[in-house]
Amino acid sequence: MPLRKDIHKVMVLGSGPIVIGQAAEFDYAGTQACRALREEGLEVVLVNSNPATIMTDKAMADRVYIEPMTVEAVQEIIKKERPDSLLPNLGGQTGLNLAMELCENGFLDKMGVKLLGAKPDTIAKAEDRQLFKDTMEKIGEPIIASKVVHTVEDAVEFTREIGLPVIIRPAYTLGGTGGGIAHTWDELREIAASGIMYSRVDEILVEKCIAGWKEIEYEVMRDHKGNAITICNMENVDPVGVHTGDSVVVAPSQTLCDKEYQMLRTSALNIITELGIEGGCNVQFALNPDSFEYAVIEVNPRVSRSSALASKATGYPIAKVTAKIAVGYGLDEITNAVTGKTRACFEPTLDYCVVKFPRWPFDKFVYADNTLGTQMKATGEVMAIDSSFEGALMKAVRGCEIKLESMIVPRIGTLSDAQVKAGVSRTDDQRLFHICEALRRGILSIDQIHEITTIDTFFLHKFQNIVEMEKALAASDEMTADLYLRAKKLGFLDKTIEQLSGKDIAGVRRLPVYKMVDTCAAEFEAETPYYYSSYDEESEVKPASGKKKVLVLGSGPIRIGQGIEFDYCSVHAVWALQKLGCETVIINNNPETVSTDFDTADRLYFEPLTPEDVTGVVNAEKPDAAIVQFGGQTAINLAAHIEKLGIPILGTPAWSIDAAEDREKFDVILEKCGIPRPAGRTVMAEEEAVEAADELGYPVLVRPSYVLGGQGMEIAYKEEDVREFMQVITRNKVENPVLVDKYMMGREIEVDAICDGEDILIPGIMEHFERAGVHSGDSISIYPSINIEQKHKDTIIRYTEALAKNLAVLGLVNIQFVLYNDEIYVIEVNPRSSRTVPYISKVTGVPMVDLATRCMFGEKLRDIGCGTGLHPESDYYAVKVPVFSFQKLRDLDTQLGPEMKSTGEVLGVAQTFREALLKGLTGAGYQMKKKGAVLISVRDSDKQEAIRIGERFEALGFDIFATSGTANVLNRHMVATNAIRNVDEPSPNIIDLIESGKIDYVIATSVKGRHPELGSVHIRRTAVERAIPCLTSIDTASALLRCLEGDVRIENCEMVDINKI
Amino acid sequence: MKKAYLLLADGTLFAGYSVGCEGQSTGEVVFNTGMAGYQEVLTDPSYFGQIVTMTYPLIGNYGVNAEDFESGKSWVSGFIMREAAYHPSNWRCEKTLDQYLKEQNVVGLAGIDTRQLTRKLRNAGVMNGMIYTEGYAPDAAAIEAMKAYVVQNAVKTVTCAEPTVYPAVGETRYRVALYDYGVKYNIERELQKRGCEVTVLPALTPPEQVVGKFDGVMLSNGPGDPAENVEIVENLKRLLTSGMPIFGICLGHQLLSLAIGAETCKLKYGHRGVNHPVKDLDEDRTYITSQNHGYAVVSDSVDPEVARVRYVNLNDGTVEGVEHIGRPVFTVQYHPEVCPGPMDTSYLFDKFIENIEKTRGGAR
Repeated sequence: MPLRKDIHKVMVLGSGPIVIGQAAEFDYAGTQACRALREEGLEVVLVNSNPATIMTDKAMADRVYIEPMTVEAVQEIIKKERPDSLLPNLGGQTGLNLAMELCENGFLDKMGVKLLGAKPDTIAKAEDRQLFKDTMEKIGEPIIASKVVHTVEDAVEFTREIGLPVIIRPAYTLGGTGGGIAHTWDELREIAASGIMYSRVDEILVEKCIAGWKEIEYEVMRDHKGNAITICNMENVDPVGVHTGDSVVVAPSQTLCDKEYQMLRTSALNIITELGIEGGCNVQFALNPDSFEYAVIEVNPRVSRSSALASKATGYPIAKVTAKIAVGYGLDEITNAVTGKTRACFEPTLDYCVVKFPRWPFDKFVYADNTLGTQMKATGEVMAIDSSFEGALMKAVRGCEIKLESMIVPRIGTLSDAQVKAGVSRTDDQRLFHICEALRRGILSIDQIHEITTIDTFFLHKFQNIVEMEKALAASDEMTADLYLRAKKLGFLDKTIEQLSGKDIAGVRRLPVYKMVDTCAAEFEAETPYYYSSYDEESEVKPASGKKKVLVLGSGPIRIGQGIEFDYCSVHAVWALQKLGCETVIINNNPETVSTDFDTADRLYFEPLTPEDVTGVVNAEKPDAAIVQFGGQTAINLAAHIEKLGIPILGTPAWSIDAAEDREKFDVILEKCGIPRPAGRTVMAEEEAVEAADELGYPVLVRPSYVLGGQGMEIAYKEEDVREFMQVITRNKVENPVLVDKYMMGREIEVDAICDGEDILIPGIMEHFERAGVHSGDSISIYPSINIEQKHKDTIIRYTEALAKNLAVLGLVNIQFVLYNDEIYVIEVNPRSSRTVPYISKVTGVPMVDLATRCMFGEKLRDIGCGTGLHPESDYYAVKVPVFSFQKLRDLDTQLGPEMKSTGEVLGVAQTFREALLKGLTGAGYQMKKKGAVLISVRDSDKQEAIRIGERFEALGFDIFATSGTANVLNRHMVATNAIRNVDEPSPNIIDLIESGKIDYVIATSVKGRHPELGSVHIRRTAVERAIPCLTSIDTASALLRCLEGDVRIENCEMVDINKI
Repeated sequence: MKKAYLLLADGTLFAGYSVGCEGQSTGEVVFNTGMAGYQEVLTDPSYFGQIVTMTYPLIGNYGVNAEDFESGKSWVSGFIMREAAYHPSNWRCEKTLDQYLKEQNVVGLAGIDTRQLTRKLRNAGVMNGMIYTEGYAPDAAAIEAMKAYVVQNAVKTVTCAEPTVYPAVGETRYRVALYDYGVKYNIERELQKRGCEVTVLPALTPPEQVVGKFDGVMLSNGPGDPAENVEIVENLKRLLTSGMPIFGICLGHQLLSLAIGAETCKLKYGHRGVNHPVKDLDEDRTYITSQNHGYAVVSDSVDPEVARVRYVNLNDGTVEGVEHIGRPVFTVQYHPEVCPGPMDTSYLFDKFIENIEKTRGGAR
């Protein structure tokens, strides 16, 4: 059946802010869906609170609502827009849950809105534990046997049925306290008894232990005719026990024979058929490595992170096809966009190996618990394609931007054998590298490592191949063409080959060829130029079109400090270049993004963003020019290399980037422009840093240069702090100097500007709600500013213009200022696109990336007609509120500071500041409880301001609790406060109070360091783990109060279509 | 590792390393796009006379086990892969692919750009070629012989010499004659588990020894050019008049189509893989099928009075199956018995059983 006749206006739900477990993949899915729907002539109404996405771009949908993803807000939008249908299965769990709620409360029925793609009973069958169990039993699909019991004897009896080992999970204890794996009957009795004791309700779950089984995923699709196909299967290198999002994943499965492959495939198709899903679906299996026994772990009745990976791994556009199916098409009626000849009703086959590698935040969060388990901790991922597993793994590792070029980690090389063995036993982000080191030293055999880790020996042999090549290179007498080529096929960089062998490779060096990802293993000719490198014979790069060819460098994996916003900029740059008549080439390695969609750029290279990998692409494509300013720090770091290759960089030159980062060069420019900045020094070592701090006077800001997101940046209040931070920063080798600056606690102001070499355009001045000291990415930011006097705005415009010109900015520049004692200081200049570009573009209507790109091509702002200077302020307020993933990162202090910690953001847009703030906070997940209890524990410097905060909570009728110091101050100032014992005092103390569930908000601002064992950190962690909003700055608390004090509710707010601003 | 080469009829030379047996071997070079299932491919008699290239680069990962053979030996004339696994891992693994190829005297080649080879075959069509190991370089005569090579007497070579009876799983409910044109074990297994006692017959068994003695006839898959089997086609013409239920797979489908006057043609590079979509025109449903064929029935050569094309390939529109009119007879080009491949069309065996039931009911 073609397009359904009863569908005209479709509402698409996005997935909201980026959090761990729900990242850019849903921007990719949503963007594809919007395009697929509009291709059909349907009107699209989009709702997503995340302003950094491409899907919320004006061009993506007819109506775009950047509003909170709550039932109340979406209901208002439905009332206003009256869509006839709702597409819920492309917005992750957020979109799906929201759709379910709207369905269950009868609102969709009442408004005559049809749910497309997934029916409520389907979703329930997959999501509800009991219904899922019943459904699987009905169709004879095995699930993991488990039972709830209340006595040790019952536990033993059930275990007799299912066999040892079993996992004991006590009910209602945090982090599984009292539980564990029982391998013997004695252990079972012991653990069951302790589990029952720890559980508040004397209840434990006894579950068959399948740790060590293979974890296999299938991406499947089905249409309303009943046609059902698999798109891709994937095998986790880390067996069951590590979340698939934290596992190294390979596609297709490597260790399954056809019978096993088909057994699980049939199961997946039976499941999607029984659930009646129309669209994409993900099924996860555990497969016993010693038999045909398997169990269904989980079914996601929607497009998921794995779907994005599968789409990029195969070339099959799952989200697009899901959208087409939702509006009536059969799989056999949809064209395979890659070949342009065959149909979407077929199963992609790969003739290469794909490896996904997670990107974890532990390089930034050094004190967070880095062990891996059932809770996902990665913020992003990279994917790599090669003809061999080893090649793909090595590409993934070097593309992950974790300072590695191969499997060799210098720090691990210095460990003792015992430490390396311990590392192999510890399931964390470093385990793979410990395994390689153990193989390198020969201290553990492959079988022993298999015993310890249960990783399949197939993969361990692959790691061994890499290690053996390291040794062969080190032992080589001469660099032969054969040795070189074998090393290249295993993914070694030239640089690594030279380092390991000590030989010059000039005589044997060759560049890779590029193969195409075509869904069909070359059986049919493909039309989409989607390439990966390999050390093979034949290259398939299509001849140049004759147009001017421009290379755009992407931004790599999503990590804290470099998120989806840079993908937004890269994609817009591609579109702008295409409008200018250029042929575009993109290099990126992030499978979650729109930029790596095969129909974004004219040519896509799915490759790591390292100098050597870029060299290969440059050689194959011979671009006329390159653009680096949109791909975040990843692309910026490649600027000098690109210039060295003789490719001109469009826009701001490489020297300018250097000048903005290099303290001395930058000071010269500032002096020339007469712009003040906080006093500071450049240091290389700890002692120097202490001296500098003494000289400047505490507090000081300590940070490494050439990093993003304030990585490693801290405020030091005393010498110990400086020493601690310097030790952290210098843990990895210091290539670039460390900056020590006087810390000024003033109002932070940020601007993004476009410069054409003569004029500048500032779309808007943003003001941060929190005072300087909180990283700009973690602050609530307000546009247009509400507290900045005109004279300061004039200064900001003047400074921006002077800096842009003196740094030879051509394109975008981001500048951060601080307003301190009625004077504007410059804190930082980034001659590139920034985190705020997407949202400012959306709320001001200034297409910043488009303008910046045109300026690079010589157009002048004054001719383009967007104006120059400061753009007229919008009638709408836009409040950006950061979103964190603290619950998922154990032991991480939630205290906000100069180092960025947020993973995503939401925007609130309204005609008044208060409404915009309310929308922002609601979108970020604040519940807006207007009564209850608040707990206050602040550092001395905040105590005076805490009084006013306390008064305001008291006026609202809140009960107030505080630790002794804070309570004294509050009580003295007539704020009735209950004093409670601090963390280090006997129970019942502050922790018991938080855990009691009586507290609705926690305000905890003490900072004494970042160690998890510190009391203040403990307070904040407890609040986070109990899902209690924890405000770590007086300013954020004040923002919250502004919303609580008003009587504005989301239902009464105007829902704003940003296309109409 | 020893060097090994593939020389194609057009003179192209690929250099890699030797896997399996050393020597020199000529055949028709084809490619298979399945990502798993190499053990089944190697032992599928339909690959007789062919040098099979696997497009998936990592082959041999799970080794070779005792259970996944599709016939008693490997029939391929050579085996080509990008990378051969020497450290396989799977609980059923008994030996490495390299060991198995050596046992079976299959000359193998690894380490070449298999995608380049595949693209060449896609563009130029299947081509003759020769794998030779270092030290076995062909002389001019061998090269000429390679260029002139034609897969001949294929069915006669691969078929069994004597009939063999395989008992039903459980109670014997039906007796089925299975013509072995190069049969895969799993056709037998699919029938056995449905209560059929299966008698595997040599390809040239006259129909008179079958009619009235069995409840139904199954025509197997097999290698080579269907048109070369003149005698079998004549036999099938006679068999058709019996009114017995017949189910044909792959070569069986082509031969029975020839028996009703249809024509077959050689495809440019054939269909070999486990991802081919086939549309059932009656049901408006598309199934993913396992395929292995280089010839096809010509669509408009099927006499609409006698049979109709019910199944077509969604990719290229070629004939994937016909249903005879007025007779309990149907045949498919693809492999519902799979091994390797997706089990989505195993219901066709149920349909065959239904036809047997109906015919019996009518007879009673």
